[in-house]
Amino acid sequence: MDTYLQTEIQSVYIRPASLSHTPSHYCPGCTHGIAHRLIAEVLDEMDIRESTIGVAPVGCAVFAYNYFDFDWVEAAHGRAPAMATGMKRVLPDRYIFTYQGDGDLASIGMSEIMHVAGRGENITTIFINNAIYGMTGGQMAPTTLPGQKTTSSPSGRDVETMGYPLHMSEVLSKMDGAGYIVRRSLHDPKNIRLAKKAIRTAFEVQKRGLGFSMVELLSTCPTNWGMTAHEALAWLQEHMIPVYPIEDYKISSALEGFKA
Amino acid sequence: MAKEFLEGNFAMAEASVRAGVEAYFGYPITPQTEILEWMSHRMPELNRAFLQAESEVAAINMVYGAACTGARVMSSSSSPGVSLMMEGLSYIAGTEVPVVLIDVVRGGPGLGNIAPSQGDYNQLVHGGGHGDYHPIVLAPASVQEAIDLTVLAFDLAEKYRNICIVMADGSIGQMMEPAELPEMHPLRTTTPDWAVDGCLDRPQRILTSILIDPTLEEIYNHKILDTWYRIQQNEIRYKEYYLDDAEYVVIGFGTAGRIALTAVRNARAEGIRVGLFRPISVSPFPFPQLEELVKTTQGILVTEMNTGQMLEDVRMAVKGRVPIEFYARLGGIVPYPDEILGEIRRLVHEPKSPDGDPRHRWMQRLKDGVITLS
Repeated sequence: MDTYLQTEIQSVYIRPASLSHTPSHYCPGCTHGIAHRLIAEVLDEMDIRESTIGVAPVGCAVFAYNYFDFDWVEAAHGRAPAMATGMKRVLPDRYIFTYQGDGDLASIGMSEIMHVAGRGENITTIFINNAIYGMTGGQMAPTTLPGQKTTSSPSGRDVETMGYPLHMSEVLSKMDGAGYIVRRSLHDPKNIRLAKKAIRTAFEVQKRGLGFSMVELLSTCPTNWGMTAHEALAWLQEHMIPVYPIEDYKISSALEGFKA
Repeated sequence: MAKEFLEGNFAMAEASVRAGVEAYFGYPITPQTEILEWMSHRMPELNRAFLQAESEVAAINMVYGAACTGARVMSSSSSPGVSLMMEGLSYIAGTEVPVVLIDVVRGGPGLGNIAPSQGDYNQLVHGGGHGDYHPIVLAPASVQEAIDLTVLAFDLAEKYRNICIVMADGSIGQMMEPAELPEMHPLRTTTPDWAVDGCLDRPQRILTSILIDPTLEEIYNHKILDTWYRIQQNEIRYKEYYLDDAEYVVIGFGTAGRIALTAVRNARAEGIRVGLFRPISVSPFPFPQLEELVKTTQGILVTEMNTGQMLEDVRMAVKGRVPIEFYARLGGIVPYPDEILGEIRRLVHEPKSPDGDPRHRWMQRLKDGVITLS
């Protein structure tokens, strides 16, 4: 018999059950897809797909729910943490997470994210920081770097008139109610693996009821940065990481010994 | 249940509890804070959800989230706080989830004051949030009615997957009078088939108000308009007093309607054939009933605690067929029955015409010193 036919086919890369079969609308080179996949892998591995509810933001990820195969709601701009709070308070045994960009979380939704952390609301937030407004076409975000050119800071962000970038992980880590606050990056395979471990840990924090958990993910926006996918990854590494260090800002002591 | 001496705000809060509300989210604002305070111990005592939000913006979005799970859920606020909730209410309308809101209206615009007003009529009845949607708005005129309408609000919200607002005012919220609370209703035991509560043994569900394809958004707008027509057909509520032989009709809702009733009784004592029509559902507005009234009425007096926001709806119903006059107190002032009695006498005894703008005539009488404000 032909040895080819006898070869056992091994699956080395499959679609997580938590992801749906939907072609992506995200731009080529955008890291949203990576973040989506990491979340889906974590939910699969924890076997919590059927007890998880996502809260989608306003921004490029407004249709995030189309890419996942579990329950979702869609929030008003910035209000995802409040909506998640309402759901968690009536369904405390479900896993509730928000998926928010930098405009949604750090600008219009600043009040909601601060208070969800302050209350130690037992939800998880995945915070996509790409230093720009993607969906509206590349305007200055609260996390836009000093000097960074956007369509609403065409000469570069002048900190004298436009203020300084906001460091959300640093700020939120000061809240007593926060159980886990870390920043990770999606610019290379090693960091992507670390990001997945952080997401896994954040959901573990929620599972154990240790308070608010957030993983900030440094992300790219090649389209609005005006770069190729490869240039964008390099730009993230070179310019964003010095401003937004990849660090653990708060890890609940109750997590000691936990390995993601 | 026996009658008790109850404060309006407390009564609406406890009525919500007994109607089976599972979660309350709110923010302190006078003159409705007693609702929040009552819920802060009552809800945890029953192992139900209570949370004081960081703002009305957050509170209504917490309500939105909880409503998406199929829970019976509510908030309460007063005018400036309700302004802040308008974004959330539009999203709720765009998602067809049932929500109950109590608005204890106060004087405005702006920070205004904390005295009773009906200035939120337009905000609640004719809009507020963006886009095309219609909340059900119920206006109580007593503590008992505030209790009954609060219980009804939950049933209507769920029946139509629609926003239902109890529009009280500062005096209904703050005053005490004898009233009877309902029995404790059992909590719901089933989850609606649209609720987002985790996809255990079923396909994914999504609740969203975004329909990026205008074709689908148009279909959705038609759908909620159909719901609104059903609500208009089935849920108009009003109360009539002394209308059987009435030649003249006073129209007022809530506290203004209640005060007008005293004026109508006094006018009856003077031999004037006048009655009162008091809309209870100001949305849906009782247009068909006014259509009937027009046939037998020689003159209408509209009285409100705002600048004539409901007057516009009455004028739309009357279509110039009968003379209308208008009388109002503003900014948190509650009229005395004698003020309205004086206007009833004027309506009966002075020459009148269906033409012109009743609001302009009222303002002219004020300028001319025909009316003096007490």
